[in-house]
Amino acid sequence: MPNKVFINRRDFIKTISTAGTGLVIGFYLPFKNNLQAAESKSTIEFIPNIWVSVNPDNQVTLTVSESEMGQGVWTSLPMIIAEEMELDWTKVKVVQAPVDEYYFGRFDMGTGGSASVRTSWEKLRNAGAVAKDMLLEAAASEWSVAKNECNADSGYITHQPTGKKLSYGELTRKAASIEIPESVKLKDPNEFRIIGTDLPRTDTPLKVNGTAQYAMDVDLPDMVYAFIERCPYFGGKIKAVDDRDARNVNGVLDIFEIETGIAVVGLSTWAALQGRKNLRITWDKGSNKYPDSGSIYKFFKNRSKKRGAKGRSDGNVKRALKNADTVVDAVYEVPFQAHATMEPMNCVVDYRSDHCQVWAPTQSPKDAQKRVGKMTGFPIDKVKINVTFLGGGFGRRAFNDFVDEGVEVSMYMKKPVKLIWTREDDMQHDFYRPASRHVLKAGLMKDGQTIAWSHSVVAPSILFGQMFKYPIPFKDKLDVVALAGAKEVAYEIPNINVDYKSANTNIPVGWWRSVYDSQNAYANECFVDELAQTLNVDPVQYRLQLLKKSPRHTKVLQLSAKEAGWGKDIEKDHYQGVSCHASFGTYVAQVAEVSVDNEGVVHVHRVVCAVDCGQPVSPTTIKAQMEGSIVYGLSATLNGEITIENGAVKQSNFHEFEVLRMDQMPKIDVHIINSSEAPSGVGEPGLPPIAPAVTNAVFAATGIRVRKLPIKPENLRS
Amino acid sequence: MASFLIYINGEKRQVKVDGNTPLLWVLRDNLKLTGTKYGCGRGLCGACTVHIDGEAKRSCITAIENVAGSDITTIEGLSKDGNHPVQKAWVAEDVPQCGYCQSGQIMTAVALLSRNPDPDEDDINSAMKMNICRCGTYNRIRKGIIKAAKEMKNA
Ligand code: FES
Ligand code: FES
Repeated sequence: MPNKVFINRRDFIKTISTAGTGLVIGFYLPFKNNLQAAESKSTIEFIPNIWVSVNPDNQVTLTVSESEMGQGVWTSLPMIIAEEMELDWTKVKVVQAPVDEYYFGRFDMGTGGSASVRTSWEKLRNAGAVAKDMLLEAAASEWSVAKNECNADSGYITHQPTGKKLSYGELTRKAASIEIPESVKLKDPNEFRIIGTDLPRTDTPLKVNGTAQYAMDVDLPDMVYAFIERCPYFGGKIKAVDDRDARNVNGVLDIFEIETGIAVVGLSTWAALQGRKNLRITWDKGSNKYPDSGSIYKFFKNRSKKRGAKGRSDGNVKRALKNADTVVDAVYEVPFQAHATMEPMNCVVDYRSDHCQVWAPTQSPKDAQKRVGKMTGFPIDKVKINVTFLGGGFGRRAFNDFVDEGVEVSMYMKKPVKLIWTREDDMQHDFYRPASRHVLKAGLMKDGQTIAWSHSVVAPSILFGQMFKYPIPFKDKLDVVALAGAKEVAYEIPNINVDYKSANTNIPVGWWRSVYDSQNAYANECFVDELAQTLNVDPVQYRLQLLKKSPRHTKVLQLSAKEAGWGKDIEKDHYQGVSCHASFGTYVAQVAEVSVDNEGVVHVHRVVCAVDCGQPVSPTTIKAQMEGSIVYGLSATLNGEITIENGAVKQSNFHEFEVLRMDQMPKIDVHIINSSEAPSGVGEPGLPPIAPAVTNAVFAATGIRVRKLPIKPENLRS
Repeated sequence: MASFLIYINGEKRQVKVDGNTPLLWVLRDNLKLTGTKYGCGRGLCGACTVHIDGEAKRSCITAIENVAGSDITTIEGLSKDGNHPVQKAWVAEDVPQCGYCQSGQIMTAVALLSRNPDPDEDDINSAMKMNICRCGTYNRIRKGIIKAAKEMKNA
């Protein structure tokens, strides 16, 4: 297979351009822009970056290989190409890339980590610039003039001296025969006319008239419908199944066991659901060391007394704490969280004797392809994964467990199958945001200095947990991912310890929007507020003092404070809290304005958010992602949590797992720092600061420190 | 199985299903109108909202036998070219993110505006709190409703 990755660029152009009528450019821009070296080696750095295709009728099609899950990659990524290629945005059509090595390379990890713009920036700019260069070359040769007399603008090449003009469409044939240039010049950011502007999202029209296609909407001839009854008890299994009544349900076709449970297949969604309802299954609950949330938190507490694996160790914390005038300590706890994407897990699988096609809302299409290949025994080129729109992702869809199930059922039925998870399935069989416990200690001096900081993170490991299906024994193994945001604490303190204490249970855990940054920032930013309180310093001032060497933190913190009117008069009974955290290369500060009523209910009225994500590509998308992250984080701060009872998840649907709704929605003002640094992620960094901003505001309002999420009104009643 | 006559988006349609089948699955499986979404199946999220005789209803908890003869409108039937003022306002405000909840949001918003052309903040809250958006597009939805209300008044 290694050889398949590499395609000689000339052959590639030739093949494609004779196959179609237009100009199709496939790029193999190696990371270091060194074609020569890469051509002679076999080719791990060679990942094809993008496809641009221009039709003779001036239709420009830009392909996106990241999954569109609401974060706007169908807009922000094509904008980058359009900028360098000088396209007319109204003529751009966006399509989803097929899942193959040309687009994804061999080691693609999928869409996540707020990485899409961050990692595509350079290669997409190059891709656009190369395309433009070839079109310029084509026009120059058409007119027999010098290339530098030609100019590209809004889909046309103009010959400046004569005013001759050809559209990109008219140049496709010629351009297809031009060799890909080895190097191109990128635009000066001062000349950007697309990047940094608010263009309409390309997927919006489809999403307001019901035509956007999610996997759930795929319909194949002869398709049947399947649901799986899974064991609700983690670590449990099936003891006995009585499916007689279920089989008698009108429209039920078959019932059989698959790896994850009992599959019920019917002629319609409703028939399969009714069949499933009539199953009688006895479960073996298995043995479970930690069958409820209480025992899990107790386990965390015990673990926190053990030695941890060092993630960061500056100076000598032990000694500093001994010398400190005051030692402050606090423990914070956060619960498991479900993703609850609006579209529950589902997929459509069409397994045939010699190939298999899948429609899936997946963040990891390459992984899906590999798994399907393994399950079916088909070579990769006989496995086609169609990435549909995702009805939310938030990290859940990095896992392809639902694809496995669909394949198993389709193979058994020898028919196309639509596999649907109910909301209950989705909520009870998630890969949850890990619950965690955070033990913090700091040493303060009378003169206001902060001399020591220590943070122990006790949490299940995603990396060394179920993800790779090998349990790591509970010993001190460092999972740096679990320390994200804890290890990088930006405050300038001479003695810092950060350690990790693994605490795996059998609750499946996974990536949840902003991952461990969500828990670690909560602990950091609440604690820093507690230190300011102890020292009797304003929380913004205190942070600024400790961030003197962190200009990007400082800037967002100052901006959010200024825009929120920090320290100024605000509405009666309203109180403010602040927080500041960097994740995924992006710096965010937030000021939350809250009130707490007599029942102890927290009302968040307004959130001011300042963000520095480098060069802003699509400001409206950045704002939308900040708003979305704040809402997602507020749900986990004010409303829902996942608890474990009797070895199973207690919550089953939105009446028990409450999420933020319109009537709880604060005003949100997002302010974007104008920066020319390379762009960084925006899908997640807006989330970590919101919980501490709110709990710090709750402290300002009530004098009560919230050290356990979500906030419970009964703890705040006056 | 029984036969039911329903009026969907102005068309008369006959379907043969069990009488207790939720309208949602009749729309999606039988009539291939997939713009209406499944989100919870229990009337909790609003993703499945359609209009039944002009009112916003949760199709996931509405049995087909109870709506036989009713006038039903889904997102597909709201306008010819996606040009209902609410849809236009949604485009102008760039409301959708993942988009999965948006058919339901739009149908609820349209029903709100048809009975209350000038909703204030509380009216919007109480109508729209039936619809969950996990992507957090609420403020843009709010702006969209206000914009559409204006346009509808001027029309
Ligand atoms: S699917 Fe009907 S209200 Fe949620
Ligand atoms: S836009 Fe994704 S759930 Fe509303």
